[in-house]
Amino acid sequence: MKYLVKKLITLIMTLFLVSVAAFLAFQIIPGDVVTSILGTEATPEREEQLREELGLNDPPVIRYFHWIKGVLQGDFGVSYRYSKNMNEMMPVAELIGDKLPVTLWLASISLVFIVVISLPLGVLWAGLASGGENNGKYGGNVGGAVCHGLDAALGVMTQTTMAIPSFFLGILVTYVFGILLGAFAPGGYVSYRDNFAGFLGYLVFPAMSISLPKIAMTARFLRNSMLTELSSDYVRTAYSKGASKRRVMYGHVLRNAMMPVATFLGMIVAEIVAGSIVVEQVFGLPGIGRLLVSSISTRDFPVVEILILYITFVVIFVYFLVDILYRVIDPRISEA
Amino acid sequence: MERTAGGKWNKYLAAGIFMTGLAVLLGIVGFFWTPYSTTAMSAAEKFAPPSLRHLFGTDNFGRDIFSRVMQGLGTTISISSLVVLLSGTAGVFLGAFTGYFGGVADELVMRITDALNGFPSILLTLVIISVLGSGRQNVIISLGLVFVPSYVRIVRSEFIRLRDADYIKRARLMGVGSFRVLFVHILPNIFSVFWVSVMIGFNNAILAESGMSYLGIGVQPPDASLGMMLSDAQGYLQSAPWYALAPGLTIVWVVLGFSLFSEGLRRQIAA
Amino acid sequence: MKTSFRNKKKLLSFLFAALLIMAVLGGCADGTGESSGDNSSKEPGGSVVVGIQQDIDSLDPHKATAAGTKEILFNIFEGLVKPDENGNLMNAVASDYTISQDGLVYTFTLRDNVKFHNGNAVTAEDVKYSLERVSGLLDGTPLISTLKTIQSVEILDEKTVQVTVGSANTELIYSFVAAIIPAGSGEDESANPVGTGPFSFVSYTPLEGIVLAKNPDYWQTGLPYLDQVHFKIVNSADTALMELQGGAIHIYAYLTDSQAQALKGSHQVLASASNVVQALFLNNAVAPLDDVRVRQAILYAIDKEEINDFVGGGSGTLISSAMLPTLKDNYVDLNDTYGTKANVEKAKELLKDAGYENGFNLEIAIPSNYEFHMQTGEVVVEQLKAVGINATIKAMEWSSWLDEVYNGRQYTATISGITCDMTPGYLLNRFQTTSKKNFINFANVQYDELYVKAQETLDLAQKAEYYKQLQKILCDEAGSAFLQVPANMTAIDKNLTGYKFYPVYVQDMSTVYFNGK
Repeated sequence: MKYLVKKLITLIMTLFLVSVAAFLAFQIIPGDVVTSILGTEATPEREEQLREELGLNDPPVIRYFHWIKGVLQGDFGVSYRYSKNMNEMMPVAELIGDKLPVTLWLASISLVFIVVISLPLGVLWAGLASGGENNGKYGGNVGGAVCHGLDAALGVMTQTTMAIPSFFLGILVTYVFGILLGAFAPGGYVSYRDNFAGFLGYLVFPAMSISLPKIAMTARFLRNSMLTELSSDYVRTAYSKGASKRRVMYGHVLRNAMMPVATFLGMIVAEIVAGSIVVEQVFGLPGIGRLLVSSISTRDFPVVEILILYITFVVIFVYFLVDILYRVIDPRISEA
Repeated sequence: MERTAGGKWNKYLAAGIFMTGLAVLLGIVGFFWTPYSTTAMSAAEKFAPPSLRHLFGTDNFGRDIFSRVMQGLGTTISISSLVVLLSGTAGVFLGAFTGYFGGVADELVMRITDALNGFPSILLTLVIISVLGSGRQNVIISLGLVFVPSYVRIVRSEFIRLRDADYIKRARLMGVGSFRVLFVHILPNIFSVFWVSVMIGFNNAILAESGMSYLGIGVQPPDASLGMMLSDAQGYLQSAPWYALAPGLTIVWVVLGFSLFSEGLRRQIAA
Repeated sequence: MKTSFRNKKKLLSFLFAALLIMAVLGGCADGTGESSGDNSSKEPGGSVVVGIQQDIDSLDPHKATAAGTKEILFNIFEGLVKPDENGNLMNAVASDYTISQDGLVYTFTLRDNVKFHNGNAVTAEDVKYSLERVSGLLDGTPLISTLKTIQSVEILDEKTVQVTVGSANTELIYSFVAAIIPAGSGEDESANPVGTGPFSFVSYTPLEGIVLAKNPDYWQTGLPYLDQVHFKIVNSADTALMELQGGAIHIYAYLTDSQAQALKGSHQVLASASNVVQALFLNNAVAPLDDVRVRQAILYAIDKEEINDFVGGGSGTLISSAMLPTLKDNYVDLNDTYGTKANVEKAKELLKDAGYENGFNLEIAIPSNYEFHMQTGEVVVEQLKAVGINATIKAMEWSSWLDEVYNGRQYTATISGITCDMTPGYLLNRFQTTSKKNFINFANVQYDELYVKAQETLDLAQKAEYYKQLQKILCDEAGSAFLQVPANMTAIDKNLTGYKFYPVYVQDMSTVYFNGK
């Protein structure tokens, strides 16, 4: 309990620091918001009017407290850049709420890909590796050689996949599936509001670009984790008691090996969020990542500040959950 | 599980050294000499496919892609080296002091590194770059900052481990100064672990640098950089796929090289 | 007399345009007569996706300033007059207008049967409100600077509105393209954009785009053809290419040459002169560019033909001063002054005279979101290298560029484009010494005097003569290296017909239709 409280305090402190840093950063960024919004043709009167409307004539400290007070009350402010209609600026919450489903679905599909593919792959691979090892040890036969060969091939494949940056993978996926095979129309994104099935269908390809390297990473991790477990004493004991290989593998080894993998997957979630920032650019997806990049370049600070806070919150919270989960699963970890 | 024999280089290390070596060599040569000028344009040779004349083909200005890849490699590797040097040095100092002395400074530094670690690095660089502006120096500064925490963590935990080792306790009893203990007695002993993280750091720096120039916030034209070539090439994927493949595969080659290098190094140490 | 003659000319050109449209309609009806059996008009219907480069800055037609927004709002809103595809004005919400002899009183007669998208007829009240809103008479904040000169707007009767302005200006009529919106709507918070244009507003989603639907009550009978138009924001010119090829978008303007080449097989690729003047702008107040010989050397060093070939595929129009060649009466060809090919020897000679025999370093700031300017920059750097000038590119985000370069004038050289409206004096205005927009710090007393004279005269021929002299001064003094008017290359789906090019920055969807389906 004491641990939990301490962790929570850290979480809140981090968010506070990030909020100050995010706010300060945008006070020193060059580029005037007003000219950025109005362009070069606006009248000086209109510029001054807008400056007053946006509260830009107040000192930064006052603006920070206004802002953070609003955030705590659930008022995220309005965008400088996007108007809702003729006269009203778009509330940041509404803007983000509109883009969030894209990123959430993208992340979810990626995570499903990772879990569904990497876990069986990792288990299978660990089986191959242990087969190769054992048979190799006892004189070696054709089966052992095949296992060994497959193990090595998977090793090379995953190592290579992990080396492909997500933006290049995105381009490769576009080229192979979009242009060569015609499996999807590059850029033919359909909004989740118009056609949900079409939306999911399109997301499969960017999700592929995000998940492929992570699949390789997770499968490797699970393989190594299982091999470590396999060489531990309790496995030998189980075998000596006459337990079947299948029972040992799935009953004991997998369960124990999954523990570090769960933590690893938690970290992967954080990386998916970061990865989507780049991949959304490659595939032209109107999600959080693209909103962030375009808001930075158009100096739409209310949006950027909230997004930074939001992303930090999600990432830290996921770490926090994983940490708690870890303690629940494995009470052996002390409250140090 | 370790199949390598002790003193010899294992396969990972050999492959890693070969791949990074070739890339670094091409990059260094590219500083002084390239088969063609990297900026000379030729309207007659726009989008020439790969051939003996132009190994990787030519781009939309008729420039030789192989020469530009060489220059891009040099850019990427030199920036990454400086980033690793900057963040590694800062990481060693911060990690050493906080790990060895502990206390309030340690708590503070760890909270900040925790916060930075939770923060997607690409997001952080985006914000720093928008404050500083794009360009070579600012890329180095922002990536240098972003990667400090990863080194602090490793160095700190090593220093905590060795702080209470018997030979350190003995040295302290003999009246050796803290500074000497830190950098003469402990530091050399963490090098093996540190080198692995340096290699991983190279890996991340290269990915980050090329990602930034892909997003257009890295090195600026007409200097070639691999990420920028890739983003330029994206529009010509159908008519000139080699334009995208050349810089893309080069990035994969270098990153793979460094990751094999670090993996091999790790195994070498474990063996 | 002169003004009423002008007006008649407008009316004639409008009639001619109407005839043209009818001819087009007739022709089309012939083509599809067999399938539809309906010979009265072109088969309407269908939905088109148009790719656009930037997000929309405002849906309020009076507050929107980005050219990329105005080109879309052109379909929703109309002014008393509106531009046609030949660069002339045609009457829109007004059916006729007269300008008093002294140029101070404009009298507009409203067209019958013009309805807003909300179903209400346009009244004199609406016009008065709209004009007072843009001129600042309403709340003291003028929204369109040229219309600040409006002194009063009076309703003479329900179909006639009289506008009095502070000073005579023959070019002011072009500013009456300002949108007419329903009276009081500017303050109505929940209002959707409501105009009188061929399409009505349906929805807008940030980062994604804007959807418009056919206005069934549009005053130009028969138009528009399409039921729906979706202006979709594409991430970058690079992804636009893929989206066109995949069929996700039907129309995309502002292609680079390489993209146009890549699309030639699968699409109709049409080219027309744009209204953008692209230049390597030189800061006349910063050393070494404060020396006219250095600026001239740069102009000699630049090979405009090569730039045009590399970046525009030879489709641009080379220029040497700040005027669009399409504004024929006012344009003078000055390309012989420095030549369109590079003259390395002459450039080196001038540099030597100026004391820069060994060249110098030159930083060229370029807004990085414009691929066209960035590519031009790469070519320019190569060309300057040949005369010993070591140029480098500094890519900047658009908002930093606006702040530091355009408004702050903290730069040495920059490559960018300035957009022209239909007013010939528009581009020349900014190079007066004290102009707020004179970001190149061009300072020439003779130029300033001539410009004032040009504004004062009401004689169009005399005015054109002054404008030509102004262009010559700007060119001789090497104010900046004016490069070209890039062609606007547009890719259009092969099933679409009727896309019209305008000499101003608009995308008119009202005349576009699907051919035989």
